[in-house]
Amino acid sequence: MFHFSNIVRSKGDPTIVESGPSLKRPQDQLARALGWFSLGLGVVELLAPRRVTETLGMEGSETLVRAFGVREIVAGIMSLSVEKNAGLWARVGGDGLDAAALLSGLTSDNPKKGNIALALLMVGGIAMLDYRAAQDTKPRRPPRDAKRKLYPGRSGFPKGVKAAKDRAKDMIQHATAGVTS
Amino acid sequence: MKALVWHGKEDIRCDTVTDPEIQDPRDAIIKVTSCAICGSDLHLFHNYIPGMMPGDIMGHETMGEVVEVGAGVDGKLKKGDRIVVPFTIICGECEQCKRGNFSVCETTNRKRHLADKVFGHATAGLFGYTHLTGGYPGGQAEYLRVPFADATHIKVPAGIPDEQLLFLSDIFPTGWQAAVQCDIVPTDTVAIWGCGPVGQMAIRSAMLLGANQVVAIDCLPERLSMAEAAGATTINFETESVLERLKELTDGKGPEKCIDCVGMEAHVMASLPDTVLDRAKQMVMLESDRPHVLREMIYVCRPGGIISVPGVYSGFSDMLPMGAFMNKGG
Ligand SMILES: NC(=O)c1ccc[n+]([C@@H]2O[C@H](COP(=O)([O-])OP(=O)(O)OC[C@H]3O[C@@H](n4cnc5c(N)ncnc54)[C@H](O)[C@@H]3O)[C@@H](O)[C@H]2O)c1
Ligand SMILES: [Zn+2]
Ligand SMILES: [Zn+2]
Repeated sequence: MFHFSNIVRSKGDPTIVESGPSLKRPQDQLARALGWFSLGLGVVELLAPRRVTETLGMEGSETLVRAFGVREIVAGIMSLSVEKNAGLWARVGGDGLDAAALLSGLTSDNPKKGNIALALLMVGGIAMLDYRAAQDTKPRRPPRDAKRKLYPGRSGFPKGVKAAKDRAKDMIQHATAGVTS
Repeated sequence: MKALVWHGKEDIRCDTVTDPEIQDPRDAIIKVTSCAICGSDLHLFHNYIPGMMPGDIMGHETMGEVVEVGAGVDGKLKKGDRIVVPFTIICGECEQCKRGNFSVCETTNRKRHLADKVFGHATAGLFGYTHLTGGYPGGQAEYLRVPFADATHIKVPAGIPDEQLLFLSDIFPTGWQAAVQCDIVPTDTVAIWGCGPVGQMAIRSAMLLGANQVVAIDCLPERLSMAEAAGATTINFETESVLERLKELTDGKGPEKCIDCVGMEAHVMASLPDTVLDRAKQMVMLESDRPHVLREMIYVCRPGGIISVPGVYSGFSDMLPMGAFMNKGG
């Protein structure tokens, strides 16, 4: 199989013959996809808020859309980083805000209420993905109050701390005596 | 052979790769018997250090048995020898090696043109680290080519298990050097941030170098318990104020000697707002490191004291209290 990375290897260094399975789990890939989605949506909201408000019949809410864009971008960057779990939870919260904002536009006199309903449906679907990804990427650390293994016997000094310290003292005295005499 | 290969952020795979071969008369090939994982590998895993490329073999804390030697190894090694391989590749001949500054050997970094640009001056070649340090394949593999093998090895006798020797490859000399650089005198309080492997070795080294008091700082109870076992006074930074406790333990004067065994990935906590800001800046690449420990050390260190930094930093750190640093005698 061809491996791109082999081209740049220094001459004589081992090259890949066959690659093993990736450590990345499907939930990590989902987090990544959601992170990029967040960035994309955020950029549209930030740079073209009128397109968004017009589609939803919510003209006048451009500032809110821009602010949401910033929020999406921040959550996107976080979801793509090592702190993806925090990013995904931020997205779940954001989905709630999106839904609330959309609901506020769902008035009987809004000619585009069909689009809003569609957007709400989408937010609902994405929220479910966000929630799942956030649940699945929870840090796998033991809980704070979990019983931990302690190592009170591992001083590393075969004869104990005191003996090691005394011996060190002797040696230092010897060394300094050697220098002055 | 099989090897652990870096493919990108949080993506390390067990690949089949070609076997290493002797490329230079000073090379040797070892069959790896053990290779440890280091805090430094975590920085690579999280892709915080520039210069990694997909296909790089991980691992720099290696030992094994010599299976092949080049013609230039000059009788210093032979087939069947058991050696620990230090993570720094050294020539043993350049000006720095002659002074004992092996980690900044002037010969072994084969990508020095890159490193000179980034760091001002290249450091030694390292195994299983970035292309800024030569991009040499590492020891998380069945076989390892050891360049400059006549100088880059520690011969060890049979009969001692790997686990008791492997520390010679990195963390013991790293912790020892960190303590030696503090010029410890018998009245000193030595404060050590981080009780990972490097911190544990620094704690024990400071003891052996005759420190009056060693204070160990971390938040993980298991690691703090091991520090305590070695005779250190411990501070849990999650439940106690490091600054207050260090003052208390030194009659308000601060520790004379401070060692950073944490590095660029300091714990992020809401109660330490600077760490949250660093983390945010790190995400958008406005800052490469989270230097919380450096800040704390500079602030708490006794004027005229010494700060020693074995913890790995990759590039640029913000908001260091340079005023305190200068005025205390930095
Ligand atoms: N200079 C060298 O040659 C060299 C060699 C080996 C390791 N290192 C570096 O030394 C550092 C430690 O290595 P390790 O293998 O022990 O890593 P490690 O990740 O096992 O240990 C780091 C410890 O620091 C603790 N910590 C985090 N934030 C802290 C804070 N604010 N205050 C106190 N403690 C905190 C963590 O809880 C952890 O226990 C790493 O940066 C590593 O890259 C340098
Ligand atoms: Zn290491
Ligand atoms: Zn050298």
